[in-house]
Amino acid sequence: MNSNHILETIHMIEKEKLDIRTITMGISLLDCCDTDGKRSRMKIYDKITNYAQNLVKVGEEIEKEYGVPIIHKRISVTPISLVAQTSNDTDYVAFAKILDDAAKAVGINFIGGFSALVHKGYSKGDKILINSIPEALSSTDVVCSSVNIGTTKAGINMDAVKDMGQIIKKTAFLTKDQDSIGCAKLVVFANAVDDNPFMAGAFHGVGEAESIINIGVSGPGVVKSALEKVRGKSFDEVCETIKQTAFKITRMGQLVGNEASKRLNVPFGIIDLSLAPTPAIGDSVGRILEEIGIESCGAPGTTAALALLNDAVKKGGVMASSRVGGLSGAFIPVSEDEGMIHAVKAGSLNLEKLEAMTCVCSVGLDMIAIPGDTPWETISGIIADEAAIGVINQKTTAVRLIPVHGKKIGDEVNFGGLLGSSPIMPVSQFSSSQFVNRGGRIPAPIHSFKN
Amino acid sequence: MKAVVTVIGKDKIGIISKVTNTLAKHQINILDISQTILQDYFTMIMIVDLQKITCSFEFIQKELSTIGEDLGVSIKIQHEEIFNAMHKISQ
Repeated sequence: MNSNHILETIHMIEKEKLDIRTITMGISLLDCCDTDGKRSRMKIYDKITNYAQNLVKVGEEIEKEYGVPIIHKRISVTPISLVAQTSNDTDYVAFAKILDDAAKAVGINFIGGFSALVHKGYSKGDKILINSIPEALSSTDVVCSSVNIGTTKAGINMDAVKDMGQIIKKTAFLTKDQDSIGCAKLVVFANAVDDNPFMAGAFHGVGEAESIINIGVSGPGVVKSALEKVRGKSFDEVCETIKQTAFKITRMGQLVGNEASKRLNVPFGIIDLSLAPTPAIGDSVGRILEEIGIESCGAPGTTAALALLNDAVKKGGVMASSRVGGLSGAFIPVSEDEGMIHAVKAGSLNLEKLEAMTCVCSVGLDMIAIPGDTPWETISGIIADEAAIGVINQKTTAVRLIPVHGKKIGDEVNFGGLLGSSPIMPVSQFSSSQFVNRGGRIPAPIHSFKN
Repeated sequence: MKAVVTVIGKDKIGIISKVTNTLAKHQINILDISQTILQDYFTMIMIVDLQKITCSFEFIQKELSTIGEDLGVSIKIQHEEIFNAMHKISQ
C-alpha cells in the first residue's frame, strides 16, 4: 500500500472535511394502510422502529472503524399521502407526529416522506396531505415534507403550483417564532427521484424495495483543495482533477454503503454523488466555482463553471460505482453554503442568477430566504419557472424558499446548524397573480413522447 | 483483517516503542512499518494484522488515541479497506 495514498485519505478527512453526509434508510410503508387512522399510525411506528433500530448504532460503528465521519443517519418513507388515504381521517397531522416520534425513538435527525406526488392531479389523500403540511411542519421537529408538482412525462400541475405558494406562506406564518423554519423542511419538486438520500426532499418511492440503504457523500472541500493545485491551468486539467477527486469520494461512499448494507441486512440501493456544502469554512460549492476563476459566485462564467463541475463529478462518480442514483449533482443551497452566503452579501449573486444555475446542476432554488411579505402568487410563479426548467430539460428541479415572517431586505436570518444563515434576498416586485390563478395543467413537452 | 495505524505529529523519544508495545499487548501483529521525518514532523505508517486481536477494535482505538494525547501526536487505526477503495480502480 502506498503511504502517500494513506496520508492523502487522512488529510482529506481531517483537513478538507471529507465525510459521508448521510446514510438514509428507505422504508416502505405500503403495508401500513388501514381504514382506521390510529391503527395505521401504530403500524407505521412499529415498522420504522423495528427496521431502523440499529441504524444509528451501525452508522457509528462504521464511522469508528474506518475513521470516516458519517454526519447524518436518516430515514425516508413511502409518501404518506399514499399510506394515509385508506383511512377516513380528514387531516394527516397525526401521521406527521407519529413519524416524528418514531424518528426520535431510533435517534435519527430527519425523516422524509410527508409527501405527495401530484404531478398530474390530486387523489383524495394528496389534497388532505398538502393541506396538513403547515401544521405538520410546525408541530413536529424532524419531519420533512415534499410535493412533486410536475414531471417531464406529465407536464406541470398548475393547480398544485398555486396551492403550494399558499402552503409555503402558511408554513412560514405558523413557524414565525423560529424564523419560519418550517419552510426549510418543505421542498416543491419537478421530476422528483425515488431514491434521494438527502433532506428535505427524501422519500421512499413506490417502485423501491421493502427497505434499502442509500448513501449521500460529500466533499466540496476536497474538490476545492484539489483544484488549488491546478491554478492557472487549462479547463482540461480542471475537469480531469475534479473527475479523479469525485472517483475517490464516491469509492469511500460505496465502501460505507456496502458495509452498512451488510451489517443491517438491508440491500444497498444507491450512492448519490451530489456535492453537498455546509456553512463551515472550506466546505462550499460556491468557493469551488471561485477557485475555477470566478471572482465572486454569480459573476459571468458561474453557470459554465457549475456545469463543468457537475459533469466532471458525475463522470468520476459513475466510474467509481455502478450504483449511482438519487440526485447526483452539485447542490447550491444558499444559506447552507459559506461561499454563497458571502456572494449574496457581496452583491454578486441574486435569485435570477441562481435560477440560471439550476439549469445545469441539481437541484434548484434551495434554502433561499426572501422577504416575509412576498405574495404567495410570486412564490407560485417562481415554483412554475423552476418546474418548467426541470420538465423541459428532463432533470430534477426544486424550490425551497423561506419567506421569513416579519423580515425584509437588509435583515439576516439564522436557522442554526447545517441549515445555516442568510441575508434576505430580493424577489421581483412585479405580479404573477393572473398567471398562477389560471389553474389547470401545462401539458408534457413534445420531446417527452418517446415511445 | 488488516488495519492501518498512522502516527502523525512532532517527533519525540519513545513513540514507536509505546505504540508497538501496546499493539503487542493485544496480540496485534505488525506486517509492515514505514517512517519519515520531515522538518521535525514525524509520520509513521504501520500495516497490522488483527486476526488474533484480544480486545475490541474500539478498545485499541481508544488506547492508541490516549497514548497519542500523552505524546502530543495523533494516532489512528483504521480498517485497511478504506485506503484500497479510494485509491485502486479494481478491487
